Amino acid sequence: MTRCIGCRGCQTACKEWNELPARKTTFKGEYTNPIRLNSDTYTRIRYSEKDDKGRPVWSFIKEQCLHCKDPACASVCPVAALTKSAAGPVVYDYDRCIGCRYCMLACPFRIPTYEWESARPWVQKCSFCSERIKDGLIPACVKVCPTTTMFYGEDREVMAEAKKRIADNPGKYVNHIYGEKEAGGTSWIYISNVPFDQLGFTRNVPQINLSDLTWDYIGKVPALFGVVFVAGIGGWIITRRNEAESKEG
Amino acid sequence: MMTPFTVLLLLVIGLGVILMFYRLANGLGAATNLNDDFPWGLWIGFDLLGGVAMAAGGFLIAGAVYLLNMKKYKPIVRPAILTAFLGYLLAVLALILDLGQPHRIWHPAVMWQIKSVMWVVAMHVIFYTMTLAIEFSPMLYEKLKWQKAVDFVNKIIVPIVLFGVMLSVLHQSSLGAVYLIVPGKLKALWNTSFLPYLFLVSAVMMGLSMVSLETTFSGKAFKHKINMGIISGLAKGNLIVICLYLILKLFFLAKGPGIGAAFVGGKAANMFLLEMVAGVIIPLAMLASGNLRQNLNSVTTANILVVGGVLLNRINVSISGLYGFQSATGASYWPSWIEVIVTLAIVALGIFLFKLVAKYLNLFPEAEMEY
Repeated sequence: MTRCIGCRGCQTACKEWNELPARKTTFKGEYTNPIRLNSDTYTRIRYSEKDDKGRPVWSFIKEQCLHCKDPACASVCPVAALTKSAAGPVVYDYDRCIGCRYCMLACPFRIPTYEWESARPWVQKCSFCSERIKDGLIPACVKVCPTTTMFYGEDREVMAEAKKRIADNPGKYVNHIYGEKEAGGTSWIYISNVPFDQLGFTRNVPQINLSDLTWDYIGKVPALFGVVFVAGIGGWIITRRNEAESKEG
Repeated sequence: MMTPFTVLLLLVIGLGVILMFYRLANGLGAATNLNDDFPWGLWIGFDLLGGVAMAAGGFLIAGAVYLLNMKKYKPIVRPAILTAFLGYLLAVLALILDLGQPHRIWHPAVMWQIKSVMWVVAMHVIFYTMTLAIEFSPMLYEKLKWQKAVDFVNKIIVPIVLFGVMLSVLHQSSLGAVYLIVPGKLKALWNTSFLPYLFLVSAVMMGLSMVSLETTFSGKAFKHKINMGIISGLAKGNLIVICLYLILKLFFLAKGPGIGAAFVGGKAANMFLLEMVAGVIIPLAMLASGNLRQNLNSVTTANILVVGGVLLNRINVSISGLYGFQSATGASYWPSWIEVIVTLAIVALGIFLFKLVAKYLNLFPEAEMEY
């Protein structure tokens, strides 16, 4: 977060690599554009202006899918259209998606978007440039960044680097790695000199694997089936026997 | 001769069907006010969650009659199964309209993902709709004079009903489980790991009330004698269920955000209060009196309140309770007129089909005629 200069090169490179069309927008009194990630914008820079004793202080926040280690979106998808690939990216399979949009509801970071204007719409989100990674390239946004804001590598290398930077620069960063614990841990992590909740990062993201919550229920389904089955059979036997007895008596 | 009410139903259905085609041709953006922050709206909150909850009467009455041998309720088993069948068919219709790729509605049947509650829900819908079709089918076979088919269904009806009860119990609770994944988004007033079972208990309330209401209304419409024994029996059963629901709701409210959270004002807390007072506490008080339980009008009022309360609960869990989080980006949601008309058309279609079946099939085999 301390390195970004807000040039939006990543935002443009992402559009170019993914061949996403431009959208007409209107000026809303702030630099952030568009006002939200959308089906043609997988990543954007959000501009945050803070007042520090009369002096404006800017922060630039790069938004895109965080590629959770245990993604809620993938766990809720009824047809496994979204999956966490072994290499790290959470990827989307157009051939499976039925368009229920449960992934959009479940994502704690407001990432998946929808092609609302289309009659045959798809879910859209950052793919971590999974096709580039397969070819041994690095993601387009990382490649184009002029200030090496993003440190790309294996999970544990990235986490080690984040911890090292915080430890080596006392007082420079807040002691919080966003994405270390959020939603059970994400493959994109952030370090910042300004507390994350002042920068509009989603607060109170549960620090657990969200899919555990639903799995906890689904795991009980067979047992519940059994209970109802036994109760039903039991009720049937008892009431029939009572009837037979009352007829005899 | 069509009554003015039937004409109105047909008008709403006609308009709704036109708008359904408009939606399918032009997409969700053109027809609804849904957006990236509000991926689900009225069609999921009311049509689908409400339609399925309404259907709970089917498994309850079928279970009571065929499994628990409660012969008293035999006269209402057919309308209860019909309501459930229509409830599921209409929920599927709403789902078709809401899905971005409706022609792929069959995908969950072959593309399994057992970690997904939505997959569990989809499998339940498939199997239970088929089960209801079998439970409903004798009415059709009788009309067609297919006696062998009627005898066959009667032979297998007990295991079929048992299977239906199992699926229903799980399906009602699974719909609540859909919202377990959003603890950071759903207001604490509604958010609890017990949500699946709250959905189940409230669906039982709504199911009993719906069965009671349609016994009353179809009795009036088709001039049958309304069996007050059935009505007050259902009311008494419902009294116990509503009591249980109130205790559970209060327990999880106290355990979660605390009872005080319901009285802090603001839209969410007021919606919660409305749901609890009008939909649970008032009908509970009305049904608690033995005298009022014998009074058809007061039972009917209580039933309407229960149905409204459970529908409001579904809207609250799926929309009001998430509104704070979802609107934090500056987004908003209020159903478009197309969403509203389509919803009304789906309700109208339900009433119309019920009337149609009542008129042409033997829906009330044991009803006593008043004249």
